[in-house]
Amino acid sequence: MSGKTLYDKLWDAHLVREDDNGTGLIYIDRHLVHEVTSPQAFEGLRLTGRNPWRTDAVLAVPDHNVPTTQRDQGVAGITDPVARLQVETLDSNCESFGITEFHMNDLRQGIVHVIGPEQGATLPGMTVVCGDSHTSTHGAFGAMAFGIGTSEVEHVLATQCLIQKKSKNMQVRVEGELGEGVTAKDVVLAIIGEIGTAGGTGYAIEFAGSGIESLSIEGRMTVCNMAIEAGARCGMVAVDQKTIDYVTGRPFAPKGEMLERAIENWRDLHSDNDSVFDRVVTLKAADIQPQVTWGTSPEMVVPVNAAVPDPAQETDSVKQTGMQKALEYMALQPGMPVTDITIDKVFIGSCTNSRIEDLRQAAAVAKGRKVADNVALAMVVPGSGLVKQQAEEEGLDRIFIEAGFEWREPGCSMCLAMNADRLEPGERCASTSNRNFEGRQGAGGRTHLVSPAMAAAAAVAGHFIDARELV
Amino acid sequence: MEKFTTLDGLVMPLDRPNVDTDAIIPKQYLKSVKRSGFGPNAFDDWRYLDPGEPGEDHSKRRPNPDFVMNQPRYHGAQILLGRENFGCGSSREHAVWALEDAGFRVVIAPSFADIFFNNCFKNGVLPIVLDAGVMDRLFAEVEASVGYRLMVDLEAQTIATPDGEVIHFEVDEFRKYCLLNGLDDIGLTLQHADEIHAYEQRRRAEAPWLFNAITL
Ligand code: SF4
Repeated sequence: MSGKTLYDKLWDAHLVREDDNGTGLIYIDRHLVHEVTSPQAFEGLRLTGRNPWRTDAVLAVPDHNVPTTQRDQGVAGITDPVARLQVETLDSNCESFGITEFHMNDLRQGIVHVIGPEQGATLPGMTVVCGDSHTSTHGAFGAMAFGIGTSEVEHVLATQCLIQKKSKNMQVRVEGELGEGVTAKDVVLAIIGEIGTAGGTGYAIEFAGSGIESLSIEGRMTVCNMAIEAGARCGMVAVDQKTIDYVTGRPFAPKGEMLERAIENWRDLHSDNDSVFDRVVTLKAADIQPQVTWGTSPEMVVPVNAAVPDPAQETDSVKQTGMQKALEYMALQPGMPVTDITIDKVFIGSCTNSRIEDLRQAAAVAKGRKVADNVALAMVVPGSGLVKQQAEEEGLDRIFIEAGFEWREPGCSMCLAMNADRLEPGERCASTSNRNFEGRQGAGGRTHLVSPAMAAAAAVAGHFIDARELV
Repeated sequence: MEKFTTLDGLVMPLDRPNVDTDAIIPKQYLKSVKRSGFGPNAFDDWRYLDPGEPGEDHSKRRPNPDFVMNQPRYHGAQILLGRENFGCGSSREHAVWALEDAGFRVVIAPSFADIFFNNCFKNGVLPIVLDAGVMDRLFAEVEASVGYRLMVDLEAQTIATPDGEVIHFEVDEFRKYCLLNGLDDIGLTLQHADEIHAYEQRRRAEAPWLFNAITL
């Protein structure tokens, strides 16, 4: 019999029971909750008179709707009444059900996928769920992590379990050494460009190979974050010494003897040598260049020094129409160099790229430069209050502010434009977020997904440019 | 979830095909943080002459007297007759929440959109598929007689009309079991509570760090 993949191990360790038809009841170790997808779940509990199974497994935080400026008046100061109501509702639900919440003005508040790992609430070997598709981020710790819907949020609250079918196993290998100045974001965009946005459908993806191993934990989070954009519900990376070092000392992480025991267990969180994957895709690290998306799907991506592709060269007619539509929406000409695309706004933030390392990479480019005149707004939104504090200690805020960037309070912000941060119709944005769908950052807005360094480079140049030329 | 066994209910006909979930509950009400309270906004665009916003007092709005729901003879209806492709469009569970909150426990139509059909069962609402011919007859009967009621028996899988006709309907065994016993997915999972406890006990011994409490 062949060995087990990392996903097999995680699945088996969490299987409470299995039906004859292969449907599993999976135990959930950590449940992260935010204000947008939880209200009806709490309401459901109330209506049915059910209590949460285990409140101590849950951590809540408002992030999607919170303003990124002027927070001094607290929740009462949120001007959008819908946003305010959702944040207030989260506060009162957590209070009445006894769930731990980092409130809006708590230093530890931030994007749910940034704070989980930051607090050690996410640990290797866990199952982690959240009513948000980018929960795949937490797979960077050798965890099984995926997004769920509102009914499932209620299900987990009430039972600490989820009814699931097991996915197939896929391994994406990035072999060799990444070029200087090529980041985790470029790696994952290149992967999606290669396998497509449906490439991972039905699979759990394990990212592996020396190119992935060489990434920091933060970089691995960026890669796993976008597993969902490749169609997979969860992405993961095996545990190594970096994982253990990252987790050690975090507030909710085990300590002392318990930590020793945990580490011993975590060392087994990798695919066995003789394990078999249903599909393996391999990329050469050396081939990966800084990436820029040109269309309205993350798979519509090219290296920065390439040209916008020409639909006429596409043989698949469905794809061809898709490309034409995307080019029309994005107002781009086939064949034009990506570096000729000028931009109106820059957004550095989101659960993909708002951690300290991301801000350092962006600051390294912005340092001593100025945001170009044609850029109306360049904003940096740290992933959490702690990331913000750390950045300020390192003087990154000064670098950004002096260059003409706005330095904001933590939250999802212009990643999905639920709060006041958004694009106006027709505006073009270099964004470090994860979705370039039509209207994602505001109705009629045009989004180009890039790494933090590339976003900063675009901000100072006023158009896309290879960030490696600036550092 | 509320059990469904039998229902002797007043019938309301909604005589148009392709009733979509946007018509059942328009998108402005999705901003709500509630699962209940959508009843006054079921079929909002058809039901009121003036536009509505979440949070306002809908009893103060101008009802559309031509819409079937506003006719006194259908007040208190619990059974909805629909036409083909009922519940098509967006997947919003809010559509079922709205119907249920408006008092409907049964929807009978010749065909349903898939997601809506599934969402009904999750929320204690019974969707019944009947032949288009039988539907035509029911529509004619309900319109002809004020106070027309149907008697739905899920166990027996029958609908009895006032003049004694008994119509058989099909329902998935498992769905039927869940509805009869008031079991939603959560209820079903909780039937295995012992197994969950046993799992927790074993894991706590094996990997106690996974149970580190999140408290401040
Ligand atoms: S940053 Fe964007 S993708 Fe991430 S959780 Fe917030 S809205 Fe979702």
